[in-house]
Formats: sequence, structure tokens, C-alpha cells
Amino acid sequence: MSLFMTFRIAFKALARNKLRTALTMLGMIIGVAAVIAMVALGSGAQATVEAQIMSTGTNLITVMPGNFTAGAARGGGGSNTRLVEADAAALRELPSIAMVTEVVSTRQQLIYGNMNWQTGIEGVNVDNPAIRSWQVLYGGFFTPEDVRSAAKVIVLGANVSDNLFGEGVDPTDTIIRVRNHVFKVLGVMQRKGASGGGMTNQDDQAFVPYTTVMKKLSGQQNLNRILASARSADDIAGTKANVESTLRQMHAIVPGDADDFTVQTQEDQVALRTQTTQTMTSLLAGVAFVSLVVGGIGIMNIMLVSVTERTREIGLRLAIGARGSDVLFQFLIEACVISLVGGAIGIGVGYLVSWLVEVYQQWPTMIPPDAVFTAVAFSAVVGIFFGFYPARKAAGLDPIEALRFE
Amino acid sequence: MGEHIVRALRGVSLEIEHGEFVAVTGPSGSGKSTFMHIAGCLDRPTSGEYVLDGKDVSKTPKDELARVRSEKIGFVFQGFNLLTRTTALDNVELPLLYRAKNGFKSAERHKRAMASLEAVGLGQRFHHMPNQLSGGQQQRVAIARALVNEPSMILADEPTGNLDTRTSIEVMGIFQKLNKERGITILLITHEMDIAEYGTRLIRFRDGRIVADQAVLHRRNAADELAALPPPEPDQIPPPAEAGAAAH
Repeated sequence: MSLFMTFRIAFKALARNKLRTALTMLGMIIGVAAVIAMVALGSGAQATVEAQIMSTGTNLITVMPGNFTAGAARGGGGSNTRLVEADAAALRELPSIAMVTEVVSTRQQLIYGNMNWQTGIEGVNVDNPAIRSWQVLYGGFFTPEDVRSAAKVIVLGANVSDNLFGEGVDPTDTIIRVRNHVFKVLGVMQRKGASGGGMTNQDDQAFVPYTTVMKKLSGQQNLNRILASARSADDIAGTKANVESTLRQMHAIVPGDADDFTVQTQEDQVALRTQTTQTMTSLLAGVAFVSLVVGGIGIMNIMLVSVTERTREIGLRLAIGARGSDVLFQFLIEACVISLVGGAIGIGVGYLVSWLVEVYQQWPTMIPPDAVFTAVAFSAVVGIFFGFYPARKAAGLDPIEALRFE
Repeated sequence: MGEHIVRALRGVSLEIEHGEFVAVTGPSGSGKSTFMHIAGCLDRPTSGEYVLDGKDVSKTPKDELARVRSEKIGFVFQGFNLLTRTTALDNVELPLLYRAKNGFKSAERHKRAMASLEAVGLGQRFHHMPNQLSGGQQQRVAIARALVNEPSMILADEPTGNLDTRTSIEVMGIFQKLNKERGITILLITHEMDIAEYGTRLIRFRDGRIVADQAVLHRRNAADELAALPPPEPDQIPPPAEAGAAAH
């Protein structure tokens, strides 16, 4: 008998007891839907973090003072920063690096008229907007000449501008005071929102030439960070290695000694930040996976009951010419159809659930195609695995005994 | 399962010709069931041989036996054994689905199943479910199913065991007709002597041996008996819908 016929027979047998078929499928539907929904929530959270970090710049490489290991949290860097202007200059010479900006941070009170606002001030170089892919909304950014002369010019973040001048006001060329110095507002940056971690609002800061911070605001000689942009996205890891070896040379670190700086690519940051969400995702997916296995056992259970219940039917099929293998395949196909159709419906339900969560909980979701593929493959495997034993039991029945079965 | 060996049949030797209508009787435990299972290729003899249509099938492997059953033997059981929630037509088509070779296309299967149902007088009941049919009608569907592969032999195991007298005669009438008109060999297992008398030859088993093997002297003719019977009272043939409700 052809496989096609066996399929026909299996489908007819399933159609004969629709309620039982549907209830058996339910286990599979819930299992697959749970896996899809959980993975969707986890991946959505991860994608959001990734997008936020990626939005901080193009091919961004961050150099920070001190050592910092992602896994075992050897933080504490930055207290005695050894990054200097010469380091940034050396990086600028690297062929794989397109742009570099020094970063010197301080915190100051900004005063305009009777308004004042305390915010973080980043001393940066002219390439800062390009490196962070962040354009100005009003006015413009400062020039190399401003950096050379440590000019008292400032570019405000959108939040800072709102608080000092009110929303929707273009404060270009206004004069404000920063720590007893008079600064000219050159422009306002576009709104960017929270940064990667979601902890700081990137719009709540202002940019001045880094030389101005060093000479006029804080007096520090070291850099807090160096931001660099790699020329191409293809070999970020290689560029990172270049940066590291250059800095080791600059800092005269002998081989075998640890770096006194940390180089992080955006991928590193993503990896760091997504560790938590990944743990959460695997946990949720694990729980969902258990329900999938339970669904599979449900299929085996029902198929076993079904074999007993249909003993006479099996006996009859054997008597009128079915071979043992025909019966085996019939039951195996029945189990597979239940799990595959259940799996397909489960994917639909999973999509629906994640869509509902996205719409009503404002929680971004994303369903990775490989999760769908895995769910389908797994439900097929469940069908074959849990369907095989009952099917073999059915095929092994003695037709005489089976026909006599009451 | 081989706990201890029961010799259900011993020293049984007989020959059945094409076109015979053989009734096998005997008390329970006489070995007539075992004989039927071997004759129906459902079981193989521990020793000895069984030649069916000129071919020894006593050593044939299981899957081959399934094919022999499919091609040469039609079964009719006491309990009908129709698939529930499956139309008469689909039930009759079932053996066609299991044909090992010369499988038919869907349209041809339909045609054959319909012809089979018409041969047993159920031309109007193609799409009825078993629970919408009376016992006699269900048994006729089972006979149609046995017929559909054009077997050389029909094996009927207590086919009238669940039927009343009148329906029993009707069913035996169908067997006699098939035997006479199509030359199909009929092997009828029964413990009712009056039913056995519809056959042409009577074999009696006891304790695993044949104790009698003779021609039936006063053969009964179902068609004549049926004509002599008073017509059925209307409530004896329940309308299909009511029969369906009663079966649940």
C-alpha cells in the first residue's frame, strides 16, 4: 500500500474522533505557543537593547581607562585614568580608524537668566556628532579652531535646552553661564532618548570642546574616554586588536602585564547588556519546553488509549489485508499529524499572544525564524518519538486476539 | 504466549473444492475456531500444511499472509466489525485501500464499493453510518466489504449470531446467492444446526478432530423460506434515524 493511502487512512481515523483529536492537539498547541511567546518576549527585549546600543554610533569603539572584565565584573576602572591626548592622537593615525574623539566629563550648573540646570558636560572633539551618528537640530557644532583655542562654546542636549529656554525654542547664539564662565550656545542636538542601559538620558547633557573642559572647567589632564569609529564594520575585532596593541605601546606595557585600559566594541556592550535578558529568555523557554514535553506525553497517552480502544478496528484492518507496517505507519502518522498540526496552530497562537503583549503591554516582541523552525521540528520529533511506541503496539497485535477483544 | 501447548487441532485433513458451501459446526473448544483462523490465513499451523488455491501458505511470512488475505479471502464476523462514524461506502472501500498491488483510483474504488453494496441489496444506503443501520443491514455492509476484492473464498464466523431469525435467513440468502451465482466458496462457522443446513456440506468438529463430514441431505433454501414468511411488521424495520438514536 502506498504511503499516500496510509495518510488518507490516518486522516480519516483522526476525523472520526474530532473531539479527541482536538484535545490531544491542545497539549501541543499550548506547548508550542508558550515557547514561541516566551522566546518572542525575550528576543524583543534583547533586540531593543541591541538597537539602543547600536544607535550610539557607527562601528563605535570605546576606550576606557582601567580594566574591566565583563563576566566576572572586575570593575573599578577610571579612578586613576591614564588615557591622555597622545593616546587619542596615536589612534587617529591607525588606518582602520576613521574618526576619533577625546571625551572629558564634568558636571556643571548651567545658568540662563533666572533659569538654571545642572547637567553632565562632555568635552569632545569635532567628530563627536559623526562618531555617535547624532546630528544637530538647531545651529551647528564647534570647529577645530574652537578646539585648538579652547573656545567657550557649548552645544546643548535637547533636554537641557528645554529646561533653560523652554520647549521648541532655538537658543542659538544665546549667551549662558557655566561656572562663572560665559559660554556661547552654538546649537542644540537632536533628541536621542535613553542610552543603551536605559539609565541615562542622552538628551540631558551638553557638549563643549574637550580642551575647554581641561583648561577652564575642571582642570584635569587625563581623558575619561576615547571614542573611535572603525572605517568598516567587517573587521571590528581586528580593529579592536589594533587599538589595543597601539595603546599597549603608548603605555609601554610589557608583554604579560595586564592592560590598564579597556576597549569595548558595540558588540561587547551588547553581549554584556544582553546577558541578563538571555538568562531570562532561556529560563522562560525552558519552562515552556517542559510544557511541550508534557504535550508530547499527552499524545503518547492518548495514542495508547486509542490503540486499546480501537483493538477490534486494528484486528479488522489486519484481517482484511493490512500488514503490520501499514498499521504502524497509520498510528505513527496520526501521532505526527496531531503534533504537527498542533505545532502549526501553536505557532499561530504564539504569534497572537506576542502581538497582544506588544499592543497591550507596550513590550517589544520579536519572533526569530529559527525559533519557529525549532518548534516545528520539535513537534514533529515529539510526534514520532511519542507516537512510535503506541504504533508499534498496535502493529504487533495478533489479528485473532484483536478481533476477539471486547 | 506459549505457557503450555494446547493442541487445538490434530490430524485434521480435508479438502474443500472451489464453489462449495461448507458449514463447520462443533461445540466450543472443538477446534473450529482454530480451523477457521488457519483457513483464513490469520494463523499458521504449527505443523502440517495448508494449500490455498494450489499454493502452500502454511510457511508464508506474516506480511505475505496479509496479502493473501487481501486478495483471496473475505471475512464476515459475528459482531460486524464496521468502522464507526464511517459511511457504508467507506467501510466497503476499506479493503481496496489495503490492496498490495493493482491499487485502484478513487473513482474506481467508489464504483466497486457501490457495486458491492448493490449486490447485497443496500443500493439506497451508501452514505449511512453504521449506527443508522439495523443489525441485518450492518451485516450486509460487512458482506459487501468481504466481496469488494472479489475473493475466491468468504469466511463467515457466526454471521447470524447477533441477528433475529428473519434477518438470519436474509443473510444466509445472500450467501447462497453469492455461492450460486458467483461461485464463491463459502466457509461458514456456526454452532446452530439449522443455520448450518443452508450449506452443501457439513463438517463437525469435536476435541480437535473431524467427527463428521457429510453432504447436507435436506438443504434449506433461504429465498423460498423468505417468500413463505409473512411480510415484516412495520416496526421490525426501524427508520434509520430512530435506529441511530437507539444505538447510542
